[in-house]
Parts: sequence; structure tokens; C-alpha cells
Amino acid sequence: MALNFGYNISKPRVIDIDRNNLRKSVEIIRELPELQACIGCGTCTASCTAGNLTSFNFRKVHTLVRRGEYQGAYEELNKCMLCGKCRLLCPRGINTRGVIMLIKRKLGDF
Amino acid sequence: MVERAKWAEYEKAIADDHFYYARSCIRQNFFPGSEKAFLDILKNKLGKDIYDDPIHTSCTGIGYHSDIVPLETIMTVVARQFALMGEAGYENFATSCITSFGIYTEILHTWEEFPETKERTADYLMKATGRELVVPKNLAHTSDVMYHFRKDIAEKMVRPLVNVKTGEPLRVVEHIGCHYAKIFPKSGVGGSEFPYVLAGMIESWGGEVVDYPERRHCCGFGFRNYLVQANRGYSIANSQKKLESMAPYRPDFIVCNCPGCSMFLDKWQYAIAEMEGITYGQRGCGIPVLTYEEMAGLVLGYDPWELGMQMHAVDVEPLLNKMGVEYDPSAKYLGKSGKYIGKPAPTVVNRAVEASVYKLRG
Repeated sequence: MALNFGYNISKPRVIDIDRNNLRKSVEIIRELPELQACIGCGTCTASCTAGNLTSFNFRKVHTLVRRGEYQGAYEELNKCMLCGKCRLLCPRGINTRGVIMLIKRKLGDF
Repeated sequence: MVERAKWAEYEKAIADDHFYYARSCIRQNFFPGSEKAFLDILKNKLGKDIYDDPIHTSCTGIGYHSDIVPLETIMTVVARQFALMGEAGYENFATSCITSFGIYTEILHTWEEFPETKERTADYLMKATGRELVVPKNLAHTSDVMYHFRKDIAEKMVRPLVNVKTGEPLRVVEHIGCHYAKIFPKSGVGGSEFPYVLAGMIESWGGEVVDYPERRHCCGFGFRNYLVQANRGYSIANSQKKLESMAPYRPDFIVCNCPGCSMFLDKWQYAIAEMEGITYGQRGCGIPVLTYEEMAGLVLGYDPWELGMQMHAVDVEPLLNKMGVEYDPSAKYLGKSGKYIGKPAPTVVNRAVEASVYKLRG
């Protein structure tokens, strides 16, 4: 039986791309390659109506999804109201609303 | 950062003889034969003059790094150590502990950058102990000293770091303490970019250095990470990260130059094995962890139990067998006087060895 020393081994909080399954991420990038143009400026998150009232953070979600961290992404994206303000403001002209719909479609079963 | 063009610029000045020896406050508990072995090697094997002063104290580095000992206090304690060195007639300060080495280096730099702190410390020292402040001509960690004499040791070598069964060099993971050269890169051999102090010893004594992804990662000793029980998960996670990274390279042993690193890389292997049932060495055992004095002692033909290797959490017998070291298994738990010192309970990390080798005389 495992001994209890009064502490556990902390799990790393780093994202290990070598271990993550990137299949869905690759599919998303293939279907919407413009997402690769994202510079991570955060304008989408700053202008987000849903994010103003909740902890929803679109930049965080799509960055995690691209790195193979899919857990909870679908539920998180359900907070989006699809108003499209982020799409109007994105300096790289990325179809952010399209990204949200695509991620939800791809990760519906996660 | 100053760019250095050639290797000579990464070397540091290390004295040739006449050392004042400052012990570590913790390592005699965990690796009890290492400091004695260092003194013996320097005095009797290499014929050097080294003074083991019985009246010096802890540098109070652990208290300093855990915010208990204030800067002025530790500066005065360090000034007293230097004053004792001056009174004993020495100029070269050799310290056994990496934390102490970091502390001494930091304080010497502080005195240089802010001379008023040096004046204030000299004043405190005079008021507290009546001693005059002196500054060492040369400050070295004892692994620097061992590195400096690595070729002399190689000439007297009895057992090289070679697997006697296969004839191949032993694969050694070297781990440098963070406070050795990560605080002041110029204070270490090879700086913080190419620390060569342990690798130099391994190569000179016939071993092969293992390069692995997390080679320069901290062992997890970090004072705040283990002093509080609830935080120890961070400490052990660091060790586990390193062990997971080095395991695929199948190292024969780990060698460290820091009391904390050798202690934690050794003891955390025991804790990980007990908590999760995972071991990282060959044949289901842990990876033996040695101090550089123990490595030098084995190379020079010392008895492993004289070196205190029975106090390791991970048993060293698989390594001793590979090196062809003759040892008496039944003498493992007999103390200096021949009295039985007690045997630890069987552990997951040593299960293969514990189950088969020992028949202790009680």
C-alpha cells in the first residue's frame, strides 16, 4: 500500500506538446489556416461581451486547443454569444466566430 | 552578459595548497563519510595542507534563504568564519556546501559593490567577537578543489569508472547545485553555461557523462519547497521531472556537488517509489546517488562502508558490483566500533537488492 507522507507529488502545469494528441488541432488548422496568423494580442478577449461578465477567455481557449489541451474547451465556448465583435476588431482579420464554431464542431465529443 | 571567447575564460582560479576547510551543517547527517574522505584524500593521498577548524559554525544559509536570518546577521557570521581563517594563518577558503559557497560569493560581491556594508559588518564583528575582518584571497567550493586535483587523483586511481564486466565506461549523470554557478556564473568552473566541475572529474576517471534534456533543472531542494510539509509536492515533482528525463539514458549512478541535491535526488527516489511504486534505475531499483567525494573515494580504493555509503536511501551495491569493488555485505550495518547500527526496513526502491543479497549478522 502506498505510504502517506502528508503531501503528494505535484503534477506539472506545463503543456507537453509531445504527449498531447494534436489530431483535432491539426484538423482545425487545416480547415481554418488563418488561425495561424494569430499574434495573441488579446483584442478578441478584451472586446468580448461574454468575457466582460464571465471568466470566458477566447484567446486562452483557442491557444490551448491549438496545443492539444481540449479538456473543457467545448463547455467554455458555449459561453460565447456569437456577437462577432472580436471578428470586427481582430488586427489579423481572423474569422474568430468561424473559429469558435469550428472548434465546437470538432470537439463536441470531448 | 559578457561574452567569453575561449575556454580559459570559463576556468576559475583555484589555490594549489593551504586550505581552510568549512564544513556543511547538514551533509554529515546524510552522507557522513564524505567530508572525512575529502580531508583524507587531500591530506594523505595528495599531501596538501588543509585545516579542519573545530570552532567554525554553520553559515546560517538555510535560515537566510527561509527569511529567518537577516542579511546583517549572516554577513557577520560569514565575517567571523573569514576571521577564523585569518587567525589560523590561511588565505584560501574551501567550503564543503554549495549553499554556503553561494552565500560567501554573494556576500563578497556585496562587500565589493557596497563597501559601506563591509564597514558595517566589520564593526558588528568587532563588537560581537572582538575579531578583525579579513577577506579570503581565494574562495573555492571543495568540488572545485577536487576538480583542480582530478589528474593527480587519476594517477593514483585504483578502480576507474568502468564496468568491469563489459569494459565500458560507466554512464554518469552529473548534477550541479544551483547556487554553485547560477547566481554568479563566473564563480564556477565553466560558468553557468558549461559547468564542467563534475564532468571533468568523471571524464578524468574513466566514466562517460550522460547528457539528457533536464540536465540543468533544479533538483527541487529549494528551501521554501521542502521546509513546509504541504509544499513538498513541488520539491518532489522537480526531482521526478529530472529522474524521468534521465531514466531512458540508463545511467549507472548520479553524482552531485551539493549536499541538498545529493540528499533529495536520493531520498525522493525512496519517496516516489513508496508513493507511486515507480523506480528509475536498472532492474527495478533506484539510481544510486553519490557525492563527488564518495566517487573519488571509490576511485581511490576506499571501502564503501568507510565512505558512509550504507546511509544512502538507494542501495549502492549494484554500482559497487559493476565497478568490481570488493565489500563485505554483512559489515554494511556495522558502525565504526563494529557495533550493529540497525537495518532500515525493506523499501520499494531497493526491493531487488534487499530480497536477495543480505544475511545480516545482528
